[in-house]
Amino acid sequence: MTTRRIVLTAALGTLLAPAVRATPAALRSAIAAFTGGQLPRTGRVTLDIAPLIDNGNVVPVAIRVDSPMTAADHVQRIGLYTALNPLPEVAVFHLGPRSGVARVATRMRLATTQTLTALAVMNDGSVWQQQVDVIVTLAACIES
Amino acid sequence: MAVRALLHVPASARIGEVIEIRATVQHPMETGFRVGSDGQLLARNLVRRVEGHFDGERVFAVDLHPAIAANPYLAFPLRVTGSGLLTVTWQGDEGFSHSASARINAP
Repeated sequence: MTTRRIVLTAALGTLLAPAVRATPAALRSAIAAFTGGQLPRTGRVTLDIAPLIDNGNVVPVAIRVDSPMTAADHVQRIGLYTALNPLPEVAVFHLGPRSGVARVATRMRLATTQTLTALAVMNDGSVWQQQVDVIVTLAACIES
Repeated sequence: MAVRALLHVPASARIGEVIEIRATVQHPMETGFRVGSDGQLLARNLVRRVEGHFDGERVFAVDLHPAIAANPYLAFPLRVTGSGLLTVTWQGDEGFSHSASARINAP
C-alpha cells in the first residue's frame, strides 16, 4: 500500500541522498584502463549527440570513426565515457574487419550537464578521441 | 515473464554491402544508485554484455554499464559475406540471458 508518508519519505530520501558523481581521477583511470595508458589524439572520432538534452533518461548517441575497416587497418574498440555520471564508463564496443564501417549507436543516461569523451583504439595501437559538451535540463535518476 | 526482444535486419542485402543491425531487449537496467519507495537502494541489475554472431562467428560485442538507458538499444554494422543466421545474445545480472536470431538473405 502506498501511503502519503511512504511517498514523502521516499521523496525526501531522493532529495537528501548525496549526489553520486564520478571524480576526475575515476574518469582518468577508466580511460587509462581502456587505452592501455596511450595518450589519445583528437580526431578521426565523431561523437554525435544533441547539444541540448531535454530528458537525460534516454539520450540517443552515435559514434563514428574514420577507418577503412580492413584487416590491416581497423578499429578494435570504441569506448564512451562521462565526467559526472555516478560511474565514468558508459559502453565499450568491440568491432573488427567484419564490421565494414565503424559506426555504432545506443541510448544513454545523463545525470547532469557535462563533457562526454568518445575514444577509439585502432589495431595499430593508436588512440583517437572526441570530447563533446552537453547541456541536460532534466537529469536521469531523479524520478522513480 | 517472457522477455521481449527486437532484432531488425534488412530484408535483403548484397554481398559486400555493409548493413546496420538494430537490437533492443526489454530490461530495466537498474543502476544501483536509485532509492526505492522504502528508502533503500535498489539492487543493481544490468545487462552486462551483448554479442552478435553470424553463422557462429562473433562479429560484434559490447560491454554495458549503468549509464545505458533502460531497454538497451544498440545499432552496429555488419559486412555481408553471404546468407546466414545472425544471433544476438544478451547476458546480465541475476542470471539474465536472452537471444534472438534473424536470417540475412544475400542472393
